[in-house]
Amino acid sequence: MPKLIKNEAIIDDQWTLLEEVDSVENVSENTIVPLAFWLENKDSLPANTGVWFASNEEPETISDVVNDLPLIAIHFPKFADGRGYSIARLLRERYGYQGEIRAFGDVLQDQLFYMKRCGFDAFVIRADRDMEKALQSLNDFSVVYQTGGDARPPVFRVR
Amino acid sequence: MYKYDEYDHKIVQERVAQFRDQTNRYFAGELADEEYLALRLQNGLYVQRLAPMLRIAVPYGMMSSTQVRKLADLTRKYDKGYAHFTTRQNVQFNWPKIEDVPAILEELASVEMHAIQTSGNCIRNTTTDQYAGAIADEVIDPRPYCEIIRQWSTFHPEFAFLPRKFKIAVNSVPDQDRAAIMVHDIGIQIVVNDQNEVGYKVYAGGGLGRTPMVGSLIREFLPEKDLLTYLEAILRVYNRYGRRDNKYKARIKILVKAMTPQVFAEKVEAEWEHIRKSGSELTDTEINRVKQYFTAPDYATLSDTPTELAARLQDNKAFKNWYERNTATHKQSGYRVVTLTMKQIGTPPGDVSDKQLETIADLADDYSFGEVRVTHHQNVVLADVRQDQLFDLWQRAYTAGFATPVLNLLTDVICCPGGDYCSLANAKSIPVAEQIQSRFDDLDYVYDLGELELNISGCMNACGHHHVGHIGILGVDKKGEEFYQVSLGGSSGKLGGGSNAAIGKILGPSFARDEMADVIEKLISVFVENRTEEELFIDTYRRIGMNPFKERVYAQAH
Ligand code: HEM
Ligand code: SF4
Repeated sequence: MPKLIKNEAIIDDQWTLLEEVDSVENVSENTIVPLAFWLENKDSLPANTGVWFASNEEPETISDVVNDLPLIAIHFPKFADGRGYSIARLLRERYGYQGEIRAFGDVLQDQLFYMKRCGFDAFVIRADRDMEKALQSLNDFSVVYQTGGDARPPVFRVR
Repeated sequence: MYKYDEYDHKIVQERVAQFRDQTNRYFAGELADEEYLALRLQNGLYVQRLAPMLRIAVPYGMMSSTQVRKLADLTRKYDKGYAHFTTRQNVQFNWPKIEDVPAILEELASVEMHAIQTSGNCIRNTTTDQYAGAIADEVIDPRPYCEIIRQWSTFHPEFAFLPRKFKIAVNSVPDQDRAAIMVHDIGIQIVVNDQNEVGYKVYAGGGLGRTPMVGSLIREFLPEKDLLTYLEAILRVYNRYGRRDNKYKARIKILVKAMTPQVFAEKVEAEWEHIRKSGSELTDTEINRVKQYFTAPDYATLSDTPTELAARLQDNKAFKNWYERNTATHKQSGYRVVTLTMKQIGTPPGDVSDKQLETIADLADDYSFGEVRVTHHQNVVLADVRQDQLFDLWQRAYTAGFATPVLNLLTDVICCPGGDYCSLANAKSIPVAEQIQSRFDDLDYVYDLGELELNISGCMNACGHHHVGHIGILGVDKKGEEFYQVSLGGSSGKLGGGSNAAIGKILGPSFARDEMADVIEKLISVFVENRTEEELFIDTYRRIGMNPFKERVYAQAH
């Protein structure tokens, strides 16, 4: 089974991500489907269906129903595309999303600290990279200067 | 000056470790070139024409003499014994080895310095007026706010991979703007409202480079404690909606223009409403804590123009010139703000040797409470000099070559490294600066011309701020040959007669390098013939327009 980092450990990935899907029949339990497809078919999908966002898609579109979702994945088409960070913060902070937020796509070690701080708790590291090493970067810094999606207070409120 | 506490130290040390590991992984082939590129840029490390280049952060331009000495030491150990002051108030090393950078960072950390976010598509060093804290006409000392922004922007998790680089500048003087806030991605003007509350006027969408623009006012008055939440709202709107398909259209100025400043401001307001009460809302405790680091130094009680100064000014013309040009009124009686100009002919603007750095540190220790500031004109300021010590200081600065009394005059050229060092250049810029400085070496004449900004860039990226020079020079490439385009009427705002920020207009066809001093001379002659008494070049240009200049310059060419 493929692996991913979740809650700071390497575990088996229980989910299947469908990049594209054309019919509800093709969606089984524990499947992650594109946002647009989910929005159109949400009432006929299995309860355990997650969605994924492209980096230009807007969390506003699901603001009222986010907590019906077991999992939200956010795609990083390139590691340098930083839109997914804002999407995660909005989901966590504005819409109070409690479930898993995972990053997938061009996800590399040196982004994980930032991603975690924006509220991601699961990371599908790019296949050619070392997951063990990536895991260490979740804690590259022990002090944070600013508020994020991870509930840590900025250091100025601690000092 | 801000002093690190245990938290600041920890962050900078953890950064050194992180960057060392990244560099090791790169050399071990575990990081691809383009991945390491993004990471090294966030740490100020470029790879340039002749060698790597490392840009070291100087938060809002301030350094202690200890830090300056450390830089001198590092240039000897890891570079060729000199460094460069930049238009963003930072310091660059031109010849470090990539392998040495982690060690350089470690040494920098020992004196509370780093290279964090000095480049790359993230929030860069926040800049401000180099006279901050020392001049009477500021609303309030802007440095604590800059430091608050520095900390907030350091490793901001949401904004490390923006569409493009992002620069914030703060100004606190009502009718002078030494920080050029109108040509920054965000410009903050500190103001006091009629209830006597401190706050900010916020501008967004200014910037130079390929599509130069002056920023738009997006908020008339932002309350003091809302600084970070409002910045966060702007950055979030930009991060989500800024263009990522074309790097030339990725700056916030393009977004603000496309949306219109009104719509952009509405989007920001809507975003801000959600987060203004978040953990980023500033507290009085924090504002006061940071302010404590910027209290006035231990000034002596002195009166203005002591007799020894008056006497020296009487009998030494060179000293008097320097006093009038390179020193400015201080808020504390008996003191002056001194600018050491790094503009000796024959040295690229902003270049300093290890020895010169040490001299600067010594001068700062002996005359200015051990503290210096770098200016966006590539000069250095000693902010708190006793008037009765000015003559001594001048003598020493003169010997060191820092007393060229040309501050803000034609020969106080801003100039990027250009084709001599920069791999992006279309043309050399340093020789052009030198040619013009040599042509205008008659000080009395240069004085008589009054304040005049001449800015030179080697390419469209505008590191030398050519768009906002009263006279701007841009290196262009024509079929593999170097040419220079001249623009007139640019202004970074408020300098020279309180005039507004403007982007210069192109004069006409470009010139060969060896024509440049002649061209400038012709432009100057048009000014001299047309000006009214007291008028500066920029005022005359605004009054008479481009044509007279154009006619003179191109007349003989045909
Ligand atoms: C030698 C290595 C350098 C390289 C490769 C470099 C690269 C660049 C690039 C690519 C831009 C364009 C950014 C854009 O259009 O968005 C830029 C802009 C700029 N650089 Fe540099 N630069 C270098 C040195 C310097 C130096 C030495 C200074 C200061 C003396 C400087 C200050 C600036 C400034 C002020 C801008 C304009 C910012 C704006 O668009 O508002 N750079 N640089
Ligand atoms: S303006 Fe161009 S040539 Fe000059 S330093 Fe910037 S990128 Fe290089």
